[in-house]
Amino acid sequence: MAYTVGPKYLPHPQLTLLLTVVWLMLNNTITLGNILLGLILGLVIPIITRPYWQSKPVIRSRGRFLGYMFVVLWDIVVANVVVAYTILFKSNAKMKSGWVAVPLELTQPEAITILAGTITMTPGTVTAMLAADGHTLLIHYLDAPDPASVRDEIKSRYERRLLEIFE
Amino acid sequence: MSEELIFEIAVSFFLVAAGVFGLVGSFGLVKLPDLMRRLHGPTKSTTLGVGSVLIAAMIYSYGWNGEIVAHQLLITVFLLLTAPITANFLAKVYMHRHVAKEDLPDASGDHGWSGYDTVPEEMKKIDTK
Repeated sequence: MAYTVGPKYLPHPQLTLLLTVVWLMLNNTITLGNILLGLILGLVIPIITRPYWQSKPVIRSRGRFLGYMFVVLWDIVVANVVVAYTILFKSNAKMKSGWVAVPLELTQPEAITILAGTITMTPGTVTAMLAADGHTLLIHYLDAPDPASVRDEIKSRYERRLLEIFE
Repeated sequence: MSEELIFEIAVSFFLVAAGVFGLVGSFGLVKLPDLMRRLHGPTKSTTLGVGSVLIAAMIYSYGWNGEIVAHQLLITVFLLLTAPITANFLAKVYMHRHVAKEDLPDASGDHGWSGYDTVPEEMKKIDTK
């Protein structure tokens, strides 16, 4: 995949736009002064943070990305009910918690970050660590019959979708 | 049913849901035996609890004052972005101090986990530190 990043003075145009919009939302008003101030922030912040973010992910399908967001939001609600049930009605001794290693097919850092965040927010799993070479995620699960089922669900439900979006 | 009643029911529903999830998340903190398991409560239940309060606040300000306030939406977004990162940091610190490398499953690559092993400098495509 090809990484692309804009010129020195405008490394991330979308980030500039996003920061301006967020600034306007923070102020909850749209005036010329606020738009100008937002634009200044939107231009300066990407330039300052450029050393830490030198590449940019290629998103193949924006529609699918939106779809992914809704899948995750729905799963967060489901996750809460599942975890609430586990906490309230299962004794600590009966809970089968443990570690599982999930090998990754994703290679872009941004995609892996999104996957790791998704895993933490969804049913009974928390991302704990990334392998030193960036090809495996270490995950802790709260309650599951066996580690393989956790791994397979993450791979089929989230990673497959992210692969379609990013690579 | 009047319009006001519908808004009142919606606000009440989200407030009660928020209370229940917040309570369950906090109960999880007390009940579960070790830190890795305790992490599951706050990352999920409490996030949705706070999220529900914010949704209720949005409905309230729209229903009674007729204005759409962006602040609640922003807080929800920031919360959803920061919760997994906080959880990850907590997990890493805990593992560094209390979990032995041998207790973890093997990383499938040639190198181990980033908190325990390092890779040669030239192979670092992703900064795992």
